Amino acid sequence: MHGYEFYVDPSRCIGCQSCVKACEECDTHRGTSMVNFDFIDRGGTTASAAYVCWHCEEPTCAMACPTDAIKKGDDGIVQSSLKSRCIGCSNCVLACPFGIPKIFPEYEQMMKCDMCYDRTSEGKRPMCATVCPSQALAYVRPEEIAGRREKPTNAFQFGNQKVITRVHMMVPAGTDSVSLDVLDYMWEESDVAFAQPQ
Amino acid sequence: MAELPISLESLLERFGPHPAYVPPGGWHDESRNAPERLVKTHCCFCGQQCGIQLKVRGNQVTGFEPWEEFPFNRGMLCPKGVKRYMQGGHPDRLLDPLMRTPQGFRASSWDEALDFTARRLREIQEKYGKDSVAIYGGASLISEKSYLLGKFARVALGTRHIDYNGRLCMVSAGAAYKLAFGVDRSPFPWSDIPKAQVVLVAGANVAECAPITTDYLWRCRDAGGKLIIVDPRMTPICRNADMYLPVRPGTDLALYMGLLHVILRDGLECRDFISAHTTGFEQVAESARAWDPRTVAEKTGVPPESIERAASLFAKADRAIVLHARGVEHQSKGVENCSALINLCLATGNIGREGAGCAMITGQGNGQGGREHGQKCDQLPGQRSISDLEARAHTAKVWRISPEDIPQAGYSAVEIMEAIHRGEIKALLSACFNPLVSLPDAKFTKEALERLEFFGVVDFFMSETAHHADVVLAGSLQEEEEGVGCTAEGRVIHIQKAVDPPGNAKGDSWIYCELAKRLGKGQYFPYASTREIYDELREASRGGAADYFGITYEKIDKNMGIFWPCPSLDHPGTPRLFEDGRSFHADGKHHFVVTEWRDSGDPVAPEFPIYLTTGRVVSQYLSGTQTRRIGSLVEQYPNPRLEIHPQLAEQCKINDGDWVNVTTRRNEITLQAMVVKTIRPDTVFIPYHWPGGRSANRLTHRTLDPRSKIPEYKVSACQLRRADGPPDWALSSLEHPSESRNGKG
Repeated sequence: MHGYEFYVDPSRCIGCQSCVKACEECDTHRGTSMVNFDFIDRGGTTASAAYVCWHCEEPTCAMACPTDAIKKGDDGIVQSSLKSRCIGCSNCVLACPFGIPKIFPEYEQMMKCDMCYDRTSEGKRPMCATVCPSQALAYVRPEEIAGRREKPTNAFQFGNQKVITRVHMMVPAGTDSVSLDVLDYMWEESDVAFAQPQ
Repeated sequence: MAELPISLESLLERFGPHPAYVPPGGWHDESRNAPERLVKTHCCFCGQQCGIQLKVRGNQVTGFEPWEEFPFNRGMLCPKGVKRYMQGGHPDRLLDPLMRTPQGFRASSWDEALDFTARRLREIQEKYGKDSVAIYGGASLISEKSYLLGKFARVALGTRHIDYNGRLCMVSAGAAYKLAFGVDRSPFPWSDIPKAQVVLVAGANVAECAPITTDYLWRCRDAGGKLIIVDPRMTPICRNADMYLPVRPGTDLALYMGLLHVILRDGLECRDFISAHTTGFEQVAESARAWDPRTVAEKTGVPPESIERAASLFAKADRAIVLHARGVEHQSKGVENCSALINLCLATGNIGREGAGCAMITGQGNGQGGREHGQKCDQLPGQRSISDLEARAHTAKVWRISPEDIPQAGYSAVEIMEAIHRGEIKALLSACFNPLVSLPDAKFTKEALERLEFFGVVDFFMSETAHHADVVLAGSLQEEEEGVGCTAEGRVIHIQKAVDPPGNAKGDSWIYCELAKRLGKGQYFPYASTREIYDELREASRGGAADYFGITYEKIDKNMGIFWPCPSLDHPGTPRLFEDGRSFHADGKHHFVVTEWRDSGDPVAPEFPIYLTTGRVVSQYLSGTQTRRIGSLVEQYPNPRLEIHPQLAEQCKINDGDWVNVTTRRNEITLQAMVVKTIRPDTVFIPYHWPGGRSANRLTHRTLDPRSKIPEYKVSACQLRRADGPPDWALSSLEHPSESRNGKG
């Protein structure tokens, strides 16, 4: 839909999984949800997060694909793998810095969010962002998002890799890009997940 | 008499719940076809009643499409709303009336089932008197059905005893609002919430029980509003709270008295408003004097500094809103809790203007509408009191009977079950109510059901309670009859008929009219359609507080809902109450109400040292009769878990995932532990949507608020013990069907 952008704000997510359920209704992958949902640490917090594909300008998944099965359209949307080319090798699954693509054994290919091509091409908003009760997933005009407390960014830094995305992440005002280095999280963490085995 | 006709296992095998994972016709077949019609109507699962468009092909609901133009939810839906359409074509749907036989239930003709029902009701009334028969209604019914049930009880049966499962919802709030304002409705539209500078959320798990309201809270924050949340659990909305007050279960009243104490001590009250628009302030101010922050902190577990800061934030805001729900209402002092919150708003002048006020978040499908037109034991249509002579005269005139023929107030829902248990009430006709799962003290409920001489049920699925019935009349889903509902905001909405009831199932309204005929009262029930019932409802409500006279189906469609009161056809409706500074009381004043502390009816003691509180999860609705049949919702949260803080878990030697025996003074159940830091260390939580060995209401107690008659679900005392292994229910695939996903495709 012209003039509309996709925004993800994990701080608004209430863990209801409406997006996960609604995604199953999509005509191109009926009964299968492409939304990535996590309770981050339910033992410690009710915080949760739902993500769609970020639709990178230079998609790492496509760069890692040995059969050139992952295509980005002129509209900037990175599609699921081309069934005729996909060999189910999972390179894309491992390569994506956001952890989005999945191999679906029943379809024998990688599938992921295509931002509801079947809906947006008909002037309808993507299903997940339409139903999301907390508007943690929102598909709106930029001027509508400007009034929010959190502000959008689409620049991510993963170690040395800079990624610009079509989908925006809502971050505290004054944050230009989201910077993540996996190593930081591995060695500073004193929690049980990384405790040394006895 | 009403013991199970055959084994529970055979009943479950035949009637379910069988979770449906795929839409009618499967994901890849029939349901791919474009809908023939899109029906603009509303979700049936909770008091928000979100706008939704149902896709219909033939006589089948096959899917949904968001309805973005409907102003309340603008297309947003929770997972229950997304999957509500999965009830269409459900294999468990009752397609014929069922008669109980020694071999189980058999399908019968309508004549046989209705004749039998009417004959048994008449026989029992002749033998034991009119009041030996009781009616249970449901707050999820459209208002036409609720109205009809109230009239059916009073005119066709002439019994005093009709009440409904809304008694388990927000009646404490209703009673408190009537005392303060003379009317039972949230006084403002939800569009006011983002305009408040401070919102105090009291005992309301907004994210899971009223998910769409979350967006209103987040928009309030976007505009700079502050969020104060009071709850023994950190519910999902706490992640963005400016203040979280972890109140000890059952002590809310002390906290709100403490806030008022600080406000008055610091002179932050709004004197002009108090003197111009209220009565009773001095007595309430006097009663707040004893509740200084230190005393309150000891009672509630909320630190004194938090009490000071919350009071200051609330009172210094120009526009403050209180939103409350079952957390404060489900207590033996539920009315007091609500009154104390209203007192806070009155003392600070927060009522009757934009972005300010006190509101209940009504929980059930038509929780607001279902309580306005006569299925409450003490009310006549239009929210009139059944003891008011003028109200009786008005209603009698509309019903074309004599005022003396209208029975007086009867028992409330729990009291009806108690009267059945002691043998005073002998017969029960229950519509869309599953008391075996939803009433407190389930063992007692089961004993009572077994003592009934006649038990008739009107429902679309076989609920656990219906297992005990002599006859089950196959009724209609919300989308199978046209009518109205009223949302938590007080907005009257139009429920469209999308399809006819399947098979030989019938619209509920037809069933009551046919029964009335067979009871010799057919002349009072001449309706050919629910529209005719609605037109009579409008007339019956005319001049009452909940005046629907000016609201027609067409006017609702044109305006996306009309807020009552709406006394004439050219009246635009009333989104915000009290804007003229006047309440609905004869004196036009808002009444401060003095509150009195009472201890819980099930006190924590050395033997039962831990607080137990109950509530909902986002993927289930009430007793689960509908939502435990929708596979995707079952998967999301298959079985109740015991939420317990790591400190308490360590004391009890319980690990995450362990089976735990939870015992109260009534009964015990065994559940898996979910060790989380998001709950007070002296409290455990269990959601209540399940039957049998998974039923939280085996543990709860029957103590009622003396005025609202709401049970104290939110405060019980329990003890915990690590169990040796899984209980019977976890080993039975029938009682616990979620692990087997036959039919997924």
